[in-house]
Amino acid sequence: MAQSEQEILDGLAEIVNEETGIDTASVEMDKSFTEDLDIDSLSMMTIVVNAEEKFGVRIPDSEVKNLKTVRDAVTFISGAQA
Amino acid sequence: MTSIRDRRVVVTGLGATTPVGGTVPETWEAILAGRSGARTMDFDWVSKYELPVTFAALIATQPIDVLAKVETRRLDPSSQYALIAAREAWADAGAPEIDPERLGAAIGSGIGGVWTLLDQWDVLKEKGPRRVYPLAVPMLMPNGPAAAVSLDLGARAGAHTTVSACASGAESMGYAIDMIRTGRADVVVAGGTEAAVHPLPIAGFAAMQALSTRNDDPAAASRPYDTGRDGFVLGEGAAVFVLESEEHAKARGARIYAELASVGMSADAHHITAPEPNGSGASRAMLYAVERADLAPTDILHINAHATSTPVGDVAEYNAIKRAFGEHTDNMSVTATKSMTGHLLGAAGALEAVITVLSVYHRTVPATINLDEQDPEIPLNVVKGEHQKLPDGDIAALNNSFGFGGHNVALAVRSY
Repeated sequence: MAQSEQEILDGLAEIVNEETGIDTASVEMDKSFTEDLDIDSLSMMTIVVNAEEKFGVRIPDSEVKNLKTVRDAVTFISGAQA
Repeated sequence: MTSIRDRRVVVTGLGATTPVGGTVPETWEAILAGRSGARTMDFDWVSKYELPVTFAALIATQPIDVLAKVETRRLDPSSQYALIAAREAWADAGAPEIDPERLGAAIGSGIGGVWTLLDQWDVLKEKGPRRVYPLAVPMLMPNGPAAAVSLDLGARAGAHTTVSACASGAESMGYAIDMIRTGRADVVVAGGTEAAVHPLPIAGFAAMQALSTRNDDPAAASRPYDTGRDGFVLGEGAAVFVLESEEHAKARGARIYAELASVGMSADAHHITAPEPNGSGASRAMLYAVERADLAPTDILHINAHATSTPVGDVAEYNAIKRAFGEHTDNMSVTATKSMTGHLLGAAGALEAVITVLSVYHRTVPATINLDEQDPEIPLNVVKGEHQKLPDGDIAALNNSFGFGGHNVALAVRSY
């Protein structure tokens, strides 16, 4: 079932918080995972796998490098759910 | 004549998280009060796997109450315990300002990240490789705790891991002494950690008949030297020192607990698990430590023994002590603090070194508990009932640690 972008953002922020300790309020659409949130590649893989489970989608490894901002991830997940 | 003690190593900080307390002061207070940390385990896996031993000396303070949540997620429990103890030791030493390239870390572990290793094996089997945690390898590797401490404190002189089963913690102290003596570092954060209260090590130790099965009375199960002893009690936790060259410590006006004067090491080359019955390997380790501390055997007033409460091991250690010290054996007060803490495996040597240092610093030897009827084959002068005072003036003590594989490590502590 498709979720709204806000629901996906909220869910993604929880995953990021769980893995990295970053405050959920800091996980905003225009933030870059590496530049702004300082998330390393190992943490990013955990976030991706947890997001797959939470949102019921598949995010191919080849796609992960394209998910530069939080918006990129929300858009991809939203599209994959459609 | 020159001595290897020309560059002395002193103790300026102590940290520990143990089955009897979440800090060094709590642990020391509990040990002086004679409290056992052993208790029945209420984990569902105890009955699920029908484990023959249903108790352990579990850590007193949960890491989640001390560390950030993300640290508990990204570190194996063995690294969590080490980090808690290292931070306490560092604060206790006054958090000295030091060139990071002159600060080292040496943290031993007997088993390493066994929880992560086996949890992630379950994840692989049940959910597939994609679900295996990307930090699984750095979490399970035995050098993980040393790396975590090095990262946390910015220690860049080197991060090292000694692995010698139940002598690992003591061996790391020896490694740290050598780092300082050879000029590789001025300050080393050193100790041991273990988080192996897990069904597999319990089943393995139980299969070799090493564990006490006194399931109906956990607090009475660890009873070194007692005729009723039937094995060791598995414990968990970490103990960490800040060790420093005397010169560096004095220059910054640090409080000095004691001198960690030397380490003596040997190997039995006798049997993979059984101690050498005549104690020659262990006695050599003790005598090396005495000699390298510029002491005579008669200078040793106290031994904090390895004494795990196994029927064979306690006798073998007595034979080694007698072989090393002869008639002087009767003059030394001996204590077995595993009677309270259980056996912390790779953290045991470091924890008992903390207790030995505090015994010398406070001139007080804690009593061994559960010693109702002393084994006539072990006629040591064991401190029991009340703790015992040590005399004023210059005093020295030993701490023994032995590990499966025939590893023997003795540390010599001199009052400062």
